[in-house]
Amino acid sequence: MNFQRVFALVKKDLKKMVREPATLFLIILFPVVLTLAFGLTFGGIGGSQSTTYRIGVVNMNPAESSQLWPQYLLGNLSTTEILKIQDFPDNETAQADLVQGKIQAVIIIPEDFEQSCDSFWNTPSDPSQWVNTTVQVYLDSGSIFAVQAIPPIIEQVLVRTIFGDQPTSITKPVQISSPSLVQTSGITMFDHMVPGIFAYASIFFTMTVAQSFTDDRSSGLLKRINVTPTTATEFMSSQTISNMMGALIQTIMVFVMAFLVGYRPGGGIVSFALAFTLVLIFSLCNVGFGLITATVAKSSGAATGISFIFILPQMFLGTFVGAALSSTAQSISRFVPSYYVTDALTSLFLRGAPATSPAILLDTLVISICSIAALMVGILLFRKYGKA
Amino acid sequence: MKEVTISIKDLTKKFEDVIALDNLSLEIERAELFGLLGPNGAGKTTIIRILSGLLQPTSGSAKVGNYDVQREQARVKEVIGVCPQDTAVCPYLTGRENVELFGNLHAMPKKKLKQNTNRLLEQLGLTQDADRRLGKYSGGMKRRINLIMALVHDPKIAFLDEPTVAMDPQSRHAVWGFIKELKARGKTVVLTTHYMEEAEELCDRVGIIDYGKLIALDSPEQLKDKFNAKDLEEVFIQLTGRRIREGL
Repeated sequence: MNFQRVFALVKKDLKKMVREPATLFLIILFPVVLTLAFGLTFGGIGGSQSTTYRIGVVNMNPAESSQLWPQYLLGNLSTTEILKIQDFPDNETAQADLVQGKIQAVIIIPEDFEQSCDSFWNTPSDPSQWVNTTVQVYLDSGSIFAVQAIPPIIEQVLVRTIFGDQPTSITKPVQISSPSLVQTSGITMFDHMVPGIFAYASIFFTMTVAQSFTDDRSSGLLKRINVTPTTATEFMSSQTISNMMGALIQTIMVFVMAFLVGYRPGGGIVSFALAFTLVLIFSLCNVGFGLITATVAKSSGAATGISFIFILPQMFLGTFVGAALSSTAQSISRFVPSYYVTDALTSLFLRGAPATSPAILLDTLVISICSIAALMVGILLFRKYGKA
Repeated sequence: MKEVTISIKDLTKKFEDVIALDNLSLEIERAELFGLLGPNGAGKTTIIRILSGLLQPTSGSAKVGNYDVQREQARVKEVIGVCPQDTAVCPYLTGRENVELFGNLHAMPKKKLKQNTNRLLEQLGLTQDADRRLGKYSGGMKRRINLIMALVHDPKIAFLDEPTVAMDPQSRHAVWGFIKELKARGKTVVLTTHYMEEAEELCDRVGIIDYGKLIALDSPEQLKDKFNAKDLEEVFIQLTGRRIREGL
């Protein structure tokens, strides 16, 4: 193999990647914009900060009476660091902000809250002496996360406010242990998506490779290269190297963008190295699919359309898009290579599995076999039927 | 005795039921500038494609630089330079990058590649635009780069498939001068064209092809004398009963 030829072709392909707007968009800009958009939507900018919810509080406890218990409650709400408290003078104003989505919940501290708490502490063992009251909570029904997450947090803040941090010796049938606040995980929804985004971005190599080969074929460039001493092995090696380099650049760009919008994956240097290697191997699979597409397609436009036969199943079954798959779809997803990339990256970065764990090794094996098989089939088909 | 560089023997090429080349035999000598003349579809490009290893003949044989085009393709590719009829270039590369790419595909030493690239760009008047991307070139400029890409590695044998088609007269004359210089440097040049004046101006000998058959072979002067014609166009009319531009 003559490396001068290989590197000349790699250089040509990388320049094409950077200089052709459509290719640049698909390989670099699209994944970067996608990562940014999903990061801003589902992640937390600024690193490992938790998800926060803005809560409106309307204190109906009379101003002239003691505010001790309402202040305890507000203090405990604030210390969760999950809830950002905003005071409202009345329920109507708070509700107006709630319906506009400015806040995710409204808590109404009732008029007799102080009285109720005092009555408990005065006679903790005699419920008949307690002044019962209700804390009203209104939630943003447009936010599934707010509906699910906020009530238990408020419930536990309320328990903590009334009973304190330490267990109390309350002589009643049901003991309440020292309640701990719900620990919101530093993992955001975006963190769950990122492994799939890496796979998602790489899938589009199928399209760019297919377009590139059909373009070069229809312009006569492939034939022209074929009348030089360049061998088929040198040509295919250059394609493999240039697309792997493209995948590497793409992965780095996606990772940097994800990091900037708050993605902080677990795992050490070995995990990162394996993750990058997996994405690179997976890019070969998509080069193979691209060659198969180019074999069938007669024009660049046709290549774009046909490439979706490979892109769509991988996209919907094997990336973040398929996060809420039915059990049937989950079974089918085992047949798409991107599933194993997403699964391996999820295990490495979210589940904290070591690189040598059986699940990750199995994923790596499946991705490698799929990639080599797809690449070989692609090369054989293109050489036999695709060059005309 | 002159050395034969290209020999074609009983070459036939069929595309399904169409006979593109019909039992064609021909010899081209070293340092000869040979013209393949004929209307569109006569089989000129098919000959070039077989000689450069892109097509397999249905029957017959051919040797280029004493290498069999079917059995010794790799050797053949080392001694030839092919300028295709259509401009097969990378529009996203600059003119210089396109030329250097093909020099590298021929594994040229860096220094030699740079020298040849600069010389050829200068000769064909493209130095000023060499670092612009090809997508921004005019049609004539692209065709000139197309030609340089075929010759940057200084091949012994050059196949030029209609190199001046769709060129303005000024560019065409520049290319003619360039082709004459190739011959002066001892290169064997096979030129296909359907411009009779081009063949008369440049070629030592011409082979006139019609329906895949070689119907005449001689120097332009000898052919004109033989058919008592004022130009090669008239020779073609006398041979086929139609004008060359009418096609098949």
